[in-house]
Amino acid sequence: MLKIILPDLGDGITQAKIVHWNFQEGQRVSPEDDVVELVTDKAVFNVPAPAEGGVIKKIYYKEGQEAPVGSVLADLV
Amino acid sequence: MRIIYCGLIEYERAMKLQKDFVREVMAGAPGALLLCEHPKTLTLGRAYHQQNILVHSDELLCHGVTVVSADRGGDVTLHAPGQLVAYPIVDLKHRGRDLTVYLRKLEQTCVDFLLDFGIVAEQGEGTRARGVWVGGAKIASIGIGVSHWVTYHGIGVNMTTDLELFKLIRPCGLDVAMTSVKKLTGLSSSMSVVSEKFAGHFLRVFDAKNHSS
Repeated sequence: MLKIILPDLGDGITQAKIVHWNFQEGQRVSPEDDVVELVTDKAVFNVPAPAEGGVIKKIYYKEGQEAPVGSVLADLV
Repeated sequence: MRIIYCGLIEYERAMKLQKDFVREVMAGAPGALLLCEHPKTLTLGRAYHQQNILVHSDELLCHGVTVVSADRGGDVTLHAPGQLVAYPIVDLKHRGRDLTVYLRKLEQTCVDFLLDFGIVAEQGEGTRARGVWVGGAKIASIGIGVSHWVTYHGIGVNMTTDLELFKLIRPCGLDVAMTSVKKLTGLSSSMSVVSEKFAGHFLRVFDAKNHSS
């Protein structure tokens, strides 16, 4: 199963807040898509879909929640 | 790196232009640095809090200020003629994928640029909020967006900006005095000259070559 993981965003950034999911569970994402928009202190970061693409099976963080770096944001099939 | 001088350009038009460049850079084109000024515009970043606009919308209209939502980090900020705005479109996949390092380099570009005017500025680190500061006053505000590790949005430096306009807001959500190059030095160089200076510092700090034709 593919996972969308919040990557290491840089020195001193330990978490980011989910602003908006551009896709919902059951929807297909393609490699060029930004799947979810996150925000840190001064940066909006759009997490890209994996190169393989896939269908979102489960989303683990709601909009407004903070997610730690390295956490699984969603599962894809 | 392509250096693009846009002159005075509507904020939303500049956003569209940035997104066009982001798509190009994602497809493998060299990065770009867009340099411009905006008409009087309040932009609301993703960390925007309504209480940080201090006046009613009617008063904004009276001042000729438009309000635009922006997909960047940070709270509310103001753009106006006399503010040099730099929008680097940079692929961070080739530059360590580190947003903090990128923000620091962008601030350092501004610090070095201001030294050309005899202004000793500092990056916003430690207890200070991000941006660029001179003494206790903020001279440049920063906020970026990143898509597929390609950056957009950037930094706005007050050159000859009408600082009275900042009284309409709490800039970046802070109770802070804003300053400008003109206020600190009395200088009011043309924006084309200062844009070139900024571009030179940007290329040096980011160790990039000028690919402009």
